[in-house]
Amino acid sequence: MGVLARATAGQIAARLEHAPALPPHRRLRGPEAGLVMVRGRQGGDGGPFNLGEMTVTRCSVRLEEGGLGHAYVAGRDLRQAELAALLDAALQLPALRGALMAAVVEPLAAMQAAAVATLARKAAATKVEFFTMANMRS
Amino acid sequence: MYVAVKGGERAIGNAHAWLDETRRGDPALPELSVQQVEQQLGLAVDRVMAEGSCHDRGLAALAVKQAKGDLIEAAFLLRAYRTTLARFGTSEPVETGAMRIQRRISATYKDLPGGQVLGPTFDYTHRLLDFALAAEREAVPPAAEAEADPTPMPRVTELLAREGLMRREPADTTEPPDLTREPMRFPTSRAGWLQALARGDEGFLLGLGYSTQRGYGNSHPFAGEIRMGEVTVEFTPPELGFAIELGEITVTECQMVNQFAGSKSEPPQFTRGYGLVFGHGERKAMAMALVDRGLRAEELGEPAEAPAQSQEFVLYHCDNVEATGFVEHLKLPHYVDFQSELEKIRTLRKGGGA
Repeated sequence: MGVLARATAGQIAARLEHAPALPPHRRLRGPEAGLVMVRGRQGGDGGPFNLGEMTVTRCSVRLEEGGLGHAYVAGRDLRQAELAALLDAALQLPALRGALMAAVVEPLAAMQAAAVATLARKAAATKVEFFTMANMRS
Repeated sequence: MYVAVKGGERAIGNAHAWLDETRRGDPALPELSVQQVEQQLGLAVDRVMAEGSCHDRGLAALAVKQAKGDLIEAAFLLRAYRTTLARFGTSEPVETGAMRIQRRISATYKDLPGGQVLGPTFDYTHRLLDFALAAEREAVPPAAEAEADPTPMPRVTELLAREGLMRREPADTTEPPDLTREPMRFPTSRAGWLQALARGDEGFLLGLGYSTQRGYGNSHPFAGEIRMGEVTVEFTPPELGFAIELGEITVTECQMVNQFAGSKSEPPQFTRGYGLVFGHGERKAMAMALVDRGLRAEELGEPAEAPAQSQEFVLYHCDNVEATGFVEHLKLPHYVDFQSELEKIRTLRKGGGA
């Protein structure tokens, strides 16, 4: 679910073009936007405090053939939340799980990992390499 | 007392139409998109999310555009919008120790595990206006990359705590107060004031933090560590019963390290002031950490005489939406109040002359 929460609706839809058709579903709740209160820790590692809210969209669906899917994703993208809920339900079907993991979840996870790695490399390029008087002379 | 005054509708309507026209500016120029605000005025967006106390870059960018760049007005718009949304629940506390670091610096240790990572910073720029930005530019070359260092980055406060030189945070598991649900009561807990400071006005907290450095509170701080990057937000939906990831948010954290003389029960050691804000908001996180430490004076048995050490002074005045409301209400008609004052002055002067 974390992978689908980090992807945009457009990215999920683009991957679904390479996947087997999803089973028909109907909406049980939502998609609807709301808030989650984000907590931090006092001093970074102490007791909790309320930092501030973030927008979150949730959706619950039921597959016509049976099976529930739930999604909570950061932001206000209703389509993303519905696709994530539908995929959550479909990924629980043994017949579809493998194909959907390979066509949708794994490629999105790889894209996200690549973006994370790029950011980490940019951060690494700004790491300070201190030199001492000794190696200044060398 | 305020009196209902009719007859202003036409003037108000025309004033708002003019506001809309001035917001758009010269129609010969392309209109600014919300996406451009979000991407290219990112620190304004971050400040509005922090002080609006609502993490949503798109909404904050829209608020900045609608407010014509007035960031306090934009925070007000965001606070008003959040009241229209239902709350699904509360996240697990974010683990800033596991942050994916974009920036991490320490002013107390030169060589610390993971090193000093500058990130996208204004520090060390010369603060000379860059006229190249005023001209059409070719595509900006991508920033340099280097092999990422997998060394974990422990907190500076943890390094000191392991040596017994830093006071550990008490393992407080009580449900923190939420000032969006119940009005703040004094004295409030540290959890209560950290929420208020996290959404407090950057300028007000900066001034107060500065006052503690200049002697009004006597806090001798060091910037133990500042880190900025992404943290994962986890939430347990009641229908699932286990935590799922909602996504990632960028936050800035500051740990100030301060002296503490010790007490009857505790040896002399360092204590910390803590700042945590949505987005990339380093000045705000540092100011928040200074003021947090100021407010801990009583807990640590120090004299609490300075403004930054007074809960009521700091917490009643740090919210710019509340402050704006009370200052700007002075613009509302006070015709009857003023008439009564006029009468009083006239009467007094007649009496004095007799």
